[in-house]
Amino acid sequence: MIEIRISGFGGQGIIRCGLIIGKAASLYDGKSATLTQSFGPEARGSACSAQVVIDEERVLYPYITVPNILVAMSQEAYSKFSSNLKEGGTLLIDTDLVKLDQKKDKVKLYAIPATRIAEEMGNKIIANIVMLGFFTAVTKIISKDAARDSISGSVPERFVELNIKAFDRGYEYGENLLGENA
Amino acid sequence: MKADPKRVLTGAHYLDGDHACSEGALAAGCTFIAGYPITPSTEVVERISERIPTVGGIFIQMEDELASMAAVVGASWTGAKPLTVTSGPGFSLMMENIGLACMLETPCVIINVQRGGPSTGLPTLTGQADMMQVRWGSHGDYEIIALSPNSPQECFWYTIKAFNLAERYRVPAFVMTDECVGHMTEKVIIPEADEIELYTRRYTKLPPEEYLPFKPGPDLVPEMVRAGDGYKIHATGLTHDEKGYPVMNWEVQEKLVRRLVDKIRKNADDIIEFEEEATDDAEVVVLSYGISSRVAIPAIQKARKEGIKVGVLRLVVVWPFPEKKVLELSKKIKAFVVPEINYGQIVLEVERAARGNCNAVLVPHGGGWVHNPEDIYKAIKEAVR
Repeated sequence: MIEIRISGFGGQGIIRCGLIIGKAASLYDGKSATLTQSFGPEARGSACSAQVVIDEERVLYPYITVPNILVAMSQEAYSKFSSNLKEGGTLLIDTDLVKLDQKKDKVKLYAIPATRIAEEMGNKIIANIVMLGFFTAVTKIISKDAARDSISGSVPERFVELNIKAFDRGYEYGENLLGENA
Repeated sequence: MKADPKRVLTGAHYLDGDHACSEGALAAGCTFIAGYPITPSTEVVERISERIPTVGGIFIQMEDELASMAAVVGASWTGAKPLTVTSGPGFSLMMENIGLACMLETPCVIINVQRGGPSTGLPTLTGQADMMQVRWGSHGDYEIIALSPNSPQECFWYTIKAFNLAERYRVPAFVMTDECVGHMTEKVIIPEADEIELYTRRYTKLPPEEYLPFKPGPDLVPEMVRAGDGYKIHATGLTHDEKGYPVMNWEVQEKLVRRLVDKIRKNADDIIEFEEEATDDAEVVVLSYGISSRVAIPAIQKARKEGIKVGVLRLVVVWPFPEKKVLELSKKIKAFVVPEINYGQIVLEVERAARGNCNAVLVPHGGGWVHNPEDIYKAIKEAVR
């Protein structure tokens, strides 16, 4: 069983990112995936998070307890959620938006300037999908094909192409990073 | 009758429980929704308000929950298959007209996405504390039907089942889901329309001069007519005779209210549905419903690994309560363990039905979150001692 938390601020497409991951795992990779989201009085601009539990068997307990993976796309989200990440877990951050407050020895850290890449592509709204591509490449929890299929069914049709491009950019960045580390 | 293919979104989807309820309602042939959206049930209405006009139905946003429930009762009498959706204080506000629906034997479905209470309580967080309110919340004697799903997939199917039961028994049927199930997103398989069986409301074939709107058939359920079909109908919340006219005396009260109660009680075996597992040699049985029935599974698995004989009685239909089954099991087990997100509601029914043959151990939770399976495990361990 794998527990994932995607976090950032409201308006970044954090929930959408979690939805695409869960959908990819359950509809296209043949696993079980349960998505929950923090339903507080949060609004655009404040910390927000989506949680996905992925399992080969049926997911019984729907919430994450100690996540294996944390994706942080804002400083506030990082401060709020990083202490809960499992020892030896994986931390994915947006380089430009998250400054690590201390060196994390016990987590595997992967960083990508997702928002900057999205801006270079002409629209920072797709930063979440750049991060999704990066996530797919470095964690290998969902397959590349499943992720792409899931994107196609989860964004308005006229934006599918742009989102797939954003995904591929993030994926490529992740693969290159893994190559450098290898 | 099979479902209408135009209304059925056949395929594999990734939906939250609220949206799955919407799809269930559409597949079930729901044609009218009146609602006053409230967290955490808003998404049901959000989806259905967008979808229902495309299949020839109507959504009305009402001024409040009293009006929503009143509109549902009226719509049903015109031949619509009506739905309303609510949560928390909205459910309390519906109580008076739920009583009217019971008195007028009005087929209708109410979805309650339960949240923490009392009062405004926890608007965005879960609870299971309306389980007695759904049974007893309106004044006077009556019976209703209530189902409790534990996944988005079940939200789809149980909403359909609720419509079928409401139409079959002319009674309000409730889908008692909760915030956790309503807001969790999972795979939902929606089958082909011809795999969805719908109950068709029974309309009278008698000519207007012979028809009596509250004269029951052998199953204690009267046949309906649609307002406007040319039949004389008088529908009143006052105690009424078979013509529907008010008669205020104990004889008519006895005949009417006894039947309202008996049409559910005497048909209970046909209505009740549960999942039973490994009860043959069980020492303890975990009896649960809704999200708690799902969170209990890891606890049951852990206890079984340690050699404890744990059975499962998972209620699909909570009301009417399966008292015969509970009595039968009570004679051969040490205890029922009952996890619920309240401080003791359905456990009282378990205790009553067990008649002192075994213990009924509540695993309470005040609401705002689901049980930690560990707490249920500890209760199982304690119960077999």
